[in-house]
Amino acid sequence: MSSKTKPRVAVFKFASCDGCQLSLLDAEDELLGLAGAIEISHFPEASRATHKGPYDIAIVEGSITTHHDAERIQEIRRQSKTLITIGACATAGGIQALRNWKDTDEFIRLVYATPQFISTLKLSTPIAEHVPVDFELRGCPINKYQLIELIAAKLAGRKPNIPTYSVCLECKRKSNVCIAVAQGAPCLGPVTQAGCGALCPTYNRACYGCYGPMETPNTASLTTQFRIFGQTDEQISRSFRGFNAWAWQFRKASEECERS
Amino acid sequence: MTGRTIRVETLARVEGEGELFIKMAGDRVADVKLKIYEPPRFFEAFLRGRHFSEAPDITARICGICPVAYQMSAIHAIERALGLRIDPAVRLLRRLFYCGEWIESHALHVYMLHAPDFLGYPDAIAMAKDHKSTVERALRLKKIGNRIVSLLGGREIHPVSAAVGGFFKVPAKRDLHGLIEDLNWALEASLETVRWTAGLEFPDFEQDYEFVALRHPDEYPLCEGRLVSNSGLDIDAAEYEDHFVESHVKHSNALHSVMRGRGSYLVGPLARFNLNFDRLPEVARHAATEAGLRPPVRNPFRSIIVRAVELVFACAEALRTIREYEPPEAPRVDAPARAGAGQAITEAPRGILYHRYALSDKGLILAAKIVPPTSQNLKRIEDDLREYAAHVVAWPLEDATWKCEQAVRNYDPCISCATHFLKLRVERN
Repeated sequence: MSSKTKPRVAVFKFASCDGCQLSLLDAEDELLGLAGAIEISHFPEASRATHKGPYDIAIVEGSITTHHDAERIQEIRRQSKTLITIGACATAGGIQALRNWKDTDEFIRLVYATPQFISTLKLSTPIAEHVPVDFELRGCPINKYQLIELIAAKLAGRKPNIPTYSVCLECKRKSNVCIAVAQGAPCLGPVTQAGCGALCPTYNRACYGCYGPMETPNTASLTTQFRIFGQTDEQISRSFRGFNAWAWQFRKASEECERS
Repeated sequence: MTGRTIRVETLARVEGEGELFIKMAGDRVADVKLKIYEPPRFFEAFLRGRHFSEAPDITARICGICPVAYQMSAIHAIERALGLRIDPAVRLLRRLFYCGEWIESHALHVYMLHAPDFLGYPDAIAMAKDHKSTVERALRLKKIGNRIVSLLGGREIHPVSAAVGGFFKVPAKRDLHGLIEDLNWALEASLETVRWTAGLEFPDFEQDYEFVALRHPDEYPLCEGRLVSNSGLDIDAAEYEDHFVESHVKHSNALHSVMRGRGSYLVGPLARFNLNFDRLPEVARHAATEAGLRPPVRNPFRSIIVRAVELVFACAEALRTIREYEPPEAPRVDAPARAGAGQAITEAPRGILYHRYALSDKGLILAAKIVPPTSQNLKRIEDDLREYAAHVVAWPLEDATWKCEQAVRNYDPCISCATHFLKLRVERN
């Protein structure tokens, strides 16, 4: 197949750690095959060759935190037939959304000696708050097999097979003993979307919610249960204020803990 | 106009976003700026008020390429603040965990980010069309590094098992023994990597560097040791801030770290190799010697061979730790909260990574300071470019630009780390 007929894929980065786009390079067994099926038009982390749009698929990592980035995403949307966002930063604002409850100017003063050099927005927000997004792939970091499934599905014009149920189902399938029930551990698994393979419980620790809220999370019930486990509201609030703190379901849960 | 500008707006094959700008006036370099426009993310600020047990997971998110380094520096600093004593078996597992990240990160940089510059390809995928078995070797090596990290930590990016006091779960001996066959292959592949990189062409460019790295009484450094330099520095991590200072420059969202009274310095593979050659295992020293490397190596372009030598080290060390491993009595020791402060330096693949925490009696973080390797190398990269650009000034702009990019990539810069913290522009009048 000539490169003229291959779908053109571009990878863009906003505020993030690079980990989610690295997942593409971490797909060691699939990378060369994938690179044969598509034309990688723009992927600075991997290549110095870049081509202008339009693109068939834009893969966007990172959250919007600057005026410049808020404008840049608009142009990327205009250039892209399909836009998918990957990772907790792009889908929920990321860990840097913790600034959303604080005075950003104070943050700048804490980290930088000359605050006037730094230009940033008050909020760290997900891409979908700025432009329409065709699919949001969750996780901090994303699961590379889910990313490959998503790209394959978009190329085939079908719906991706990405579950929206909770981590609990993955735990059950792995026959893990429930660490919340057995150890009273404050596990976010019941309200967190599957995709990681129930990693934390498998490693004998409570899920910390890095895949963000599942489709219909009952955070109020989980909060009650955490209190029964002896967690303070401050601790519960911190649990929801992790890598998906600004996802509205987790945001609401943490704010309710702060108010009570 | 008598000068030219080399400008690369989006520096590629680095982690994170930056721009290179070099202004030439005749054959003189008038200005060099490595502009970091990667947006700031304020990690030190939002660590305040979090519990110390959250620091390894939060700081891992500074960098998707070297999360293990962040976890290790955070954990060691906090353990020091809490006065914890760690089981020797856990210490051994941490070395293995770190070796996994070194293998994954060095294989990525040597073959996929740096080698394409030497061979004239835009990327490893284009390189694979002519050098398929080489790129396949790279991918398999990288995968083996990732396999180690995943086995110990659950996943290769932002692993979940490392904790203050040890690990949430430690492997059985047989789990680790499953890695031996792969690692034996990886050791051979790393030796081949040394031979292959030694055959590349290197510009004739040497600088008088101050190399800074950890040094341990018996081991090639990973998590422990004193911080030393080739100019006589010899300090404990607790004294780091007395000797190094971060300055905020206008063109960058990353802070520049300098040595008080001395200026720029170099951290990473070249520094480690030059200061710790005698601590390398025999197989790595022999490979380096065969490749014509003798410390001090002062040509930054040759860092690609040094990285390959460190791949040999990491594979040999991983095999050693697996052979010696006996599971600890408990996966981790209890970590009761107490007020205090602790500092630690560990060797990330790109160089030393400093963390300091102050903790309250409830275990909450009162203050945190993190100095990533790339912000320590930034000023040194600019200094290199100031010298190097003069060598390529007469070249056609496209060639000069590419070569200057390569000079930046010598350092395997990780911009996402440094802003917590790159774009390349070269301007010629």
